[in-house]
Amino acid sequence: MKISVDFDLCKSNAVCMASAPEIFEVRDDGYLYILQEEPDETHRQAVEEAASLCPTRAITVEG
Amino acid sequence: MERIAIVGASLAGLRCAESLRREGFTGALTIVGAEEHLPYDRPPLSKEFLTAEFEAERLALRAAPYEDLKADLILGQRAQSLNLEARSITLASGGEVDFDGLVIATGAAPRSLAIADGISGVMTLRTLDDAARLKAAIEERKRICVIGAGFIGSEVAATARGLGLNVTVLEAGDQPMLRGVGPIIGETLAELHRSNGVDLRTGVEIESIEQIGEEVRVNIAGEASVDCDLVLLAVGAAPVTQWLESSGLTLDDGVVCDATLLAAPGVVCAGDVARWPNPLFGGESMRVEHWTNAVEQGMHAAKRLLSDDESAPEFSTVPFVWSEQYGIKIQAAGRFSGEDRMEVVHSGTDDARLVAIFERHGGISGVIGFSEPRRVMQYRRLIGAGTPFDEALGASL
Ligand SMILES: Cc1cc2nc3c(=O)[nH]c(=O)nc-3n(C[C@H](O)[C@H](O)[C@H](O)COP(=O)(O)OP(=O)(O)OC[C@H]3O[C@@H](n4cnc5c(N)ncnc54)[C@H](O)[C@@H]3O)c2cc1C
Ligand code: SF4
Repeated sequence: MKISVDFDLCKSNAVCMASAPEIFEVRDDGYLYILQEEPDETHRQAVEEAASLCPTRAITVEG
Repeated sequence: MERIAIVGASLAGLRCAESLRREGFTGALTIVGAEEHLPYDRPPLSKEFLTAEFEAERLALRAAPYEDLKADLILGQRAQSLNLEARSITLASGGEVDFDGLVIATGAAPRSLAIADGISGVMTLRTLDDAARLKAAIEERKRICVIGAGFIGSEVAATARGLGLNVTVLEAGDQPMLRGVGPIIGETLAELHRSNGVDLRTGVEIESIEQIGEEVRVNIAGEASVDCDLVLLAVGAAPVTQWLESSGLTLDDGVVCDATLLAAPGVVCAGDVARWPNPLFGGESMRVEHWTNAVEQGMHAAKRLLSDDESAPEFSTVPFVWSEQYGIKIQAAGRFSGEDRMEVVHSGTDDARLVAIFERHGGISGVIGFSEPRRVMQYRRLIGAGTPFDEALGASL
């Protein structure tokens, strides 16, 4: 599974962090960081939930 | 279950349809929507959409082709009534849609004020068509008066200020937005508007509204009236349940569901229209008018419809809303009021940053943050986990 975020769309509202804190983190600088771009399968459900709940539809999960 | 009908072709309805397919439902799927448009996103309508640069394509709620959904999309058609015994919906056109399973996702619509009836300069904002009208008016006019300082009123006020309009906001309560959360947050919110040049008046009682040629005059009890070119009436929204009045479903400020989102056998609800007892908050009856809730409930309603009654999961969530005004992210999660104990757990050096948490029954029940998305989300997780308040207070987030 490979995660990418369209940073032109991302609004750093950290909704993804609520679903998958091990993968996404919005830091004090106001930017979103992807902590693991290719996480193992144990994270799939959390990552897919994050992608569906992202208000700007900025997260893409491939594979 | 062979035929599923979804009424309401917006966020909750679409996400439910997508989940039904993802969960393996291969039967006939019909989606009925009153609006002509394909499902689109509402949050930008009070924000970026009103500015010149925003491209309307970005509103689309579905990126993948609609053919992949294999759904019969009936748009521009209102469901008129529901017959539960016959398991059938009657459309405004007279047509009927039969179903085995039904999803109610008809959302909410703006409340009106009798004194504003028939006044051409008064608008409301819920749909893309409303937003296009508002945008056109904002481009032409110079003075807007917003009645109601809830989320939508406050956002339009902020956007209109950004576009250089003269903005007056009239609010019946004593503070904008998060009503009754107490003086610290209330004053921060009010100051945000005032420091950006909005004439915010709280505690006002509106007596009448007059159209005088091109102008609108809003008369306020005991105060100078407001003359403007257009009025946005933003006094909240009511769940759309008129079409269900003869259905036999229990209606009480929303369609009343059980904890699994079931309203009757084979009938589920999702989004702004749904009222359910939230197990995370001791079964408190809630109806949530926020974006993430509509997505979560849409997905849950699909699973609920496809599961049998014994194994059906309950729906619990920590309600969450975000807003953006004057470049500041305002986020709130959980339950809070001016009566709850509140502690400011973080405030930045520039005063635009703030996080406050709330206590109910010994646990952390709510969080409000300004430009602090990370901390809000971390406290939201603590709320969901039922963390004792003192522990939340001690957590170094
Ligand atoms: C301007 C605006 C800004 C917002 N900003 C934010 C924000 O920043 N953050 C946030 O968390 N939330 C925000 N929201 C709230 C969020 O958009 C809603 O919670 C969400 O749209 C709810 O989705 P829904 O599908 O339940 O209902 P809706 O989006 O209201 O959709 C219901 C649909 O059902 C249709 N319908 C109604 N009756 C019938 C019928 N009888 N037959 C057929 N179709 C019918 C309606 O036409 C509508 O298209 C905002 C809302 C608005 C209006
Ligand atoms: S939820 Fe979406 S918009 Fe928000 S921070 Fe995550 S990727 Fe960005």
